[in-house]
Amino acid sequence: MALYSDVIKERYRRPRFRGRLDAPDALFEDVNPLCGDRMRIELAVRDGRVTDARFTGDSCAISAAAADLLIEAVRGRTLEEALALGVPDVLERLDADIRPSRMKCVALPVDVLHGALAGHGAAR
Amino acid sequence: MSMADRTRPDFRILDRVVNGRPLVFLDSAASSQKPASVLEAMNRYYEESHANVHRSIHTLGEEATQLYEGARDAVRAFIGAGSREEIVFTRGTTEGINLIAQAVGRTLVPGDEIVVTELEHHSNLIPWQMLCRDRGVQLRAVPVQDGTHLDLAAFERLLSPRTRVVAFAHVSNVLGTINPVAEMTRRAHAAGALVLVDGAQAVPHLSVDVSALGVDFYVFSGHKMLGPTGIGVLYGRRPVLETLEPAWGGGEMIKEVWIDHAQWNDLPWRFEPGTPPIAPAIGLHAAVEYLEKLGMAQVAAHEQAITARCLDALSAIAGVTIYGPRNPEMKGAVVAFNIDGIHPHDGAALLDERGIAVRAGFHCAQPLMRRLGVGGALRASFSVYTSPSDVDRLAAAVAGIRRDL
Repeated sequence: MALYSDVIKERYRRPRFRGRLDAPDALFEDVNPLCGDRMRIELAVRDGRVTDARFTGDSCAISAAAADLLIEAVRGRTLEEALALGVPDVLERLDADIRPSRMKCVALPVDVLHGALAGHGAAR
Repeated sequence: MSMADRTRPDFRILDRVVNGRPLVFLDSAASSQKPASVLEAMNRYYEESHANVHRSIHTLGEEATQLYEGARDAVRAFIGAGSREEIVFTRGTTEGINLIAQAVGRTLVPGDEIVVTELEHHSNLIPWQMLCRDRGVQLRAVPVQDGTHLDLAAFERLLSPRTRVVAFAHVSNVLGTINPVAEMTRRAHAAGALVLVDGAQAVPHLSVDVSALGVDFYVFSGHKMLGPTGIGVLYGRRPVLETLEPAWGGGEMIKEVWIDHAQWNDLPWRFEPGTPPIAPAIGLHAAVEYLEKLGMAQVAAHEQAITARCLDALSAIAGVTIYGPRNPEMKGAVVAFNIDGIHPHDGAALLDERGIAVRAGFHCAQPLMRRLGVGGALRASFSVYTSPSDVDRLAAAVAGIRRDL
């Protein structure tokens, strides 16, 4: 298995969920301590469900692809289901040989999503 | 026969195959590889002569002491220090800087100032930050000009009777810039300040004469100059070292001990508490001998030619930005660069897939990266075993990298 799988290349070149929402109900931003990359995720939430989401940030291909796949997975889920999504779910979708040194790149969007969900819970 | 052709048989690790391709190791500024003679010297010591140094009244102890102190003499000659009392063994550059920050720090009072530069490795910044916080001392930084060199006019303005220490790198680990050590030392001394120079990126590549430079302290690591990890050198000018209280206490750094006080040992042992890194010091001795056999002038010329080839090859590739001086005569054996649209960590990973090892990220120099306005960079760095074809393979891979992502 290659580090840069076709999935990663495809998502990096043509992300489906990169951008911003007009009026997000929750958002969170964090930094990868390894490289200083910053990522932001915005969520639209209605009736306890994530109806839409977007990410922004200058990051490596692995973080960007992980964020894109994570957002695809989270859309339509209940808040509880969304919180249950973790690094293993993203790894499965990345289909790549992620080494320990790059695990933080995968974890960043997951942490940012959890931050956004926690912020939404606190706001309610 | 080129230097790389002559040296490569001594570095077996370079025969490795990484990800199906012969290894191209271009990360020597982070840590160089070690020739067989260094490994053999340490092995021989452990197999034949190991015992603790200085105290043991038996044959092995005497052999170990002789080997350890012999390393000190070799290092003294290698860097042009006036006497063996001026050579303190540490665990590395970082420990040497911390040692001086603590020892000199005891003499500082609120209102005093320390001058560093924007291009410092974190190891020559954080110890001074900690000292400033603890002692109410101010930290000042010489700015980097044009992304290549220190602003010496600004340096002059920062100096005042309040300046107690000036600490800066001999060679930048990112830009490769060779700072004018003797000139900066002259100005700092005129202001009455002590001078510490971080020579981690200089000693492996240039002929260094600490006496001619006139510095008070000069620190470097063994593992970047073909030696093992766990050994470093702190050169301290004798009249200055003699005035300093030891930074740390323990065995070996004392002459006589009572329950409530002690009398310090002579130099240099006063600054070497505890059992020292004996085997690494012996390995460093072998590394010094290896470099001396090659000749530091020849080493510098070889690495300058490699650096020039790398600068030429990378600057010919569209979308590549190079940082630091473009004149290879004005820099050490490093080339930092970015590939447009490629995150440095992706770049390093894609190069690794081709068997090419480079460093990526902040290079422990975040303030400098911020000044350059970049989130990170790739860095290729060279040593005695780096061949022109290593650089050619890097350039070919960089040229093709954007197709792969």
